[in-house]
Amino acid sequence: MDTHSSLSQLSPKPATAAISRPAVEANGLVKTYPGGVQALKGVNISVRQGSVFALLGPNGAGKSTIVKILTTLSRPTAGRATIMGWDVVQEPGRVRRMIGVVAQKSSVDLEATAAENLALQGQLYGLSGAGLRRRVDGLLERFDLLDARTRIARTLSGGMQRKLDVAMGLIHQPQVLFLDEPTTGLDPEARADMWREIARLSGEDGLTVVLTTHYLEEADHLAKHVAIIDHGQIVVEGTPDGLKAELRGDAIQVELADASPESDIRAALNGLDGMLREVTIDGRILRARVDSGASGLPAVLASLDAASVRALTATVARPSLDDVYLRYTGRAYSKAENKEAIR
Amino acid sequence: MSIALANTAQITTRYVRAFLRQPYYIVGTLVQPVIWLLLFGQLFQRATGLPGFTSSSYISFLTPGIIVMSAMLSAGWSGTSYVIDMERGVMNRFLVSPVRRSALIGGQLVYQAGMVLLQSLIILGLGLLVGARFSGGIIGILFLFVSTILLGAAFASFSNALALMLRKQESLIALNVTLVLPLTFLSSTFLPVSLMPGWMQGVARFNPVNWAVEVGGQTLRSSIDWSLVGVHLAELLVLMLVCAWLSIRAFRAYQRSV
Repeated sequence: MDTHSSLSQLSPKPATAAISRPAVEANGLVKTYPGGVQALKGVNISVRQGSVFALLGPNGAGKSTIVKILTTLSRPTAGRATIMGWDVVQEPGRVRRMIGVVAQKSSVDLEATAAENLALQGQLYGLSGAGLRRRVDGLLERFDLLDARTRIARTLSGGMQRKLDVAMGLIHQPQVLFLDEPTTGLDPEARADMWREIARLSGEDGLTVVLTTHYLEEADHLAKHVAIIDHGQIVVEGTPDGLKAELRGDAIQVELADASPESDIRAALNGLDGMLREVTIDGRILRARVDSGASGLPAVLASLDAASVRALTATVARPSLDDVYLRYTGRAYSKAENKEAIR
Repeated sequence: MSIALANTAQITTRYVRAFLRQPYYIVGTLVQPVIWLLLFGQLFQRATGLPGFTSSSYISFLTPGIIVMSAMLSAGWSGTSYVIDMERGVMNRFLVSPVRRSALIGGQLVYQAGMVLLQSLIILGLGLLVGARFSGGIIGILFLFVSTILLGAAFASFSNALALMLRKQESLIALNVTLVLPLTFLSSTFLPVSLMPGWMQGVARFNPVNWAVEVGGQTLRSSIDWSLVGVHLAELLVLMLVCAWLSIRAFRAYQRSV
């Protein structure tokens, strides 16, 4: 391929800047809704090109508000955001061509077929003719929707509608794809399916993916970079492994054969005082945190054995994002979720 | 400009395709007007004998009014498509795309106008079938259609504005129930305005439905009253522009509230 001619087709901006420029950048985003509700209290984000970035937080934390601002749907009360260098408020037209958006709720036109949904979406982005047809066919095939081509979207399963949503978000080959809670409401099988698709997307064409989720395991599984958001503020960000490593320590869990008195078990572990932290005994389940699971677990099992307490199973778990969430927000993630749901 | 036109055509196509898939939808919007046409056409047959009645055939007199009324009835539901698109997230999907905003409003309005025209043709045909005759010829019918479409577009825009502001299907039901029948009765649809009590005549002068019905009444005349047609069409045009402006304002307010 002739590198020179392909470069000249790029935007008028210098090609060198395109390499290092963040795909998404937000500085001091504030959003205050009428009535004084402050949905965002100064959010900073920087997303590297070609990466998967997850905004993780309970419902109502401000995730969707951030996505709405970054996708030109809503204006920030204060602060500035750019997509591939273009300001979302000053240059919404440019930004809209750069981004694909998959909203929280499926936004498929239920009265149209899958192919018609895709074709109209393409037309709105200026595609037409054979190029559009090829693109529609390619996406139907790729998302396993060929059977849905001439089916009215109303008759498709929730998982298929969701895949159609993502396909529509990709029709114009955006550089940044926003996925707002892509798997909320999907059954486990459809969710696994969607995870595979998202993982595949990020590996291709240097596409940048920004996803919001309130599923810890989703952020953990998909994202290279996670920002935890709570009450309109980013409380911590980093790689999932990095965040968990900061917690120092693995969780070990031992299932005992018989329910022994708690004092007996604690007595058995007496010699490991300096090693174990946060020991809890819940019926026949013993939980504790150790610096390293690899050396801690054998020591625990040996001590139990010496005291004739029989163990059935034993597991070691790396710290989860749940633990990270607990540490930075001061409440367990599941509790935050329930509280928001009650609101 | 050409992008805006292309976008408008694409949006219109979306609605037309959905309609072609369920064409019996139009039957629903026609049931009421057709009943009125057939029932009242019979019931008031002898009204033509009243002194001052302007036509010798009641069904001929009634048909233009029923065409206008059915335009109101269907245009009043126009906002429904916005309510559904807002609920379904389709509206926001369009708004994050580079589609021209004018096309979102215009494309839907073109479709509404097309539906009004289609309904008008069906009712006109039905009127002819049951004996209505129009001495005003093609020109008269053309004016009837133009005034009906202007009124339909105005009412559809009003319905759209209401939908965008209130976002509830119920508000459109209220609109249709409270406006269509009173405005129809206060027009020359069933009786010439000249036979109405004085206060009603005063109201009818400012009743947009009556503007359209009076233009439609030209279908019965062998010579067209150009000044009446000119004034009423201008009034309807202004009304439509005001309503369109209102719907654009409502659309912007919706965008800001997202």
